[in-house]
Amino acid sequence: MRNVSLTIEKGEIFGIVGSSGAGKSTLLRTINLLERPTQGQVLLEGRDITGLANAELRDQRHKIGMIFQHFNLMHTYTVWENITFALRAAKAPSSVIRQRVPEILELVGLSDKADAYTSQLSGGQKQRVGIARALANQPELLLCDEPTSALDLETSASILELLKAIHRKLGITIVIISHEMAVIKTICDRVAVMDKGEIVELGSVYEVFARPRHQFTKQLVERTFNFELPARALDITRGKILKILFLEENAEKPLLNEMALWYGVSVNILHGKIEYVAERPIGLLVVVIDGEDGALVDAINFLRSRAGNVEVLR
Amino acid sequence: MNELKGLLPDLAKAFGETFLMVGISGAFAIVVGLPIGFLLFATQKGIFWENKLANKVGNFLVNIIRSVPFVILLVLLLPLTQFILKTTIGPNAASVPLSFASAAFFARMVQAALCEVDPGVIEAATAFGTSPMLIIRSVLFREALPGLLRGFTVTIISLIGYSAMAGIVGGGGVGDLAIRFGYYRYKTDVMIITVIALIILVQLLQSGGDLLAVKSDKKAREGNQNSAKFLEVD
Repeated sequence: MRNVSLTIEKGEIFGIVGSSGAGKSTLLRTINLLERPTQGQVLLEGRDITGLANAELRDQRHKIGMIFQHFNLMHTYTVWENITFALRAAKAPSSVIRQRVPEILELVGLSDKADAYTSQLSGGQKQRVGIARALANQPELLLCDEPTSALDLETSASILELLKAIHRKLGITIVIISHEMAVIKTICDRVAVMDKGEIVELGSVYEVFARPRHQFTKQLVERTFNFELPARALDITRGKILKILFLEENAEKPLLNEMALWYGVSVNILHGKIEYVAERPIGLLVVVIDGEDGALVDAINFLRSRAGNVEVLR
Repeated sequence: MNELKGLLPDLAKAFGETFLMVGISGAFAIVVGLPIGFLLFATQKGIFWENKLANKVGNFLVNIIRSVPFVILLVLLLPLTQFILKTTIGPNAASVPLSFASAAFFARMVQAALCEVDPGVIEAATAFGTSPMLIIRSVLFREALPGLLRGFTVTIISLIGYSAMAGIVGGGGVGDLAIRFGYYRYKTDVMIITVIALIILVQLLQSGGDLLAVKSDKKAREGNQNSAKFLEVD
């Protein structure tokens, strides 16, 4: 990693996305100093923690929870013992432990699994135990290392829902890394895109999705929209093929209808979808328009002035 | 047959000597070898007490003891044995080199067992600010216990083999009995009986060790057997 500098606001859900080997895992581990930077500082609420060691570092880490792709639970421990372990690491007295563990189990919805061994749990339940363990010491910051990558789609969604609910309830700051834009899109407020050890793009999730600037980000977004046009569709159509990106309220307006009426062009939709990013719509349509040459140019200009982005594919 | 009956006291004495030697050196394996094994592991790259120099030195010392044939170690350590016990003869004296060998052997077994512990679990414990001593006690020791027990069984059985060579310094023991009576005096029946006795002893130890290891691993195993059932529910 080089020249990586970023500020994560208190109380936000911050995403770090990138392909494997891009350095996102290293960046996340730098925050709790599992990886020590060769140069630079880690500031937590304005305090430089880079130099902390031993007992001081351990005290700091009690205030930073972490969950992992492969859960990293102790398999000879029950669910109860796994959570207790984190509390014992922070030297919590047993009275606190007895009160805190049921509380936290209820928060993640595993009250009935307290005495189960982790090998008796499904992947989603294991990650819930991981979350419970990470939250046991009431941290101010939760680091999530690919928390859903080992889970199926449905379970992933439920884990992300749980993280969201915890964020609402506790107001905890969450940093989440993922190689999937889909995860970031569902849960994050802001995102940093990493490529080859550098942050290539940083901004609100909606902005990054709507107007990706870096080539790498464009690819990531493209893949998330899962937008591939069959070659046959391009062959058999006549006229101009346009890829139109509708942002914000434009996504919900009948722009194509207006265009067709005003300029007398025919419109045929080849492909389309509306995605909701951070609960704001982004619409993506591929259409064929046909008509007189002048009308076509005017129609495209009309769209350009109203919609977010128009790309002429052919 | 009478001759074999006459052998019984000798056999009993020999077993007593073997147990003494294996007992003493087995205790050293735990008291010295176990901590060394933990240190070798904990000073490895990426583990909480990472220390390249200490790890290199430790590995080198263990390798030295492990690479010297036991018969040679027995002779090499004679001056030390003389210094500690004021004698170089008898099962106690033979226990000195045996203890060195067993500590080094078991240290490697411990290190290997600890390397089997999921590194992610150690990383998680570190991330929660767990002190190294608590990681050793509550994570490493507990997660590696089946492996540690298996390693200890292997160590004890190797010690029985090593202790046969202790006859050279008058250590006695079952193996020594087999060599002296059975081999040097051409009493094949004595040799066969002692060998059978040793086979039974080793079988018993191995079964006992396996049983303990399985028992310590039981929770996790039971869990695995049940996991399919739980998955369906989810």
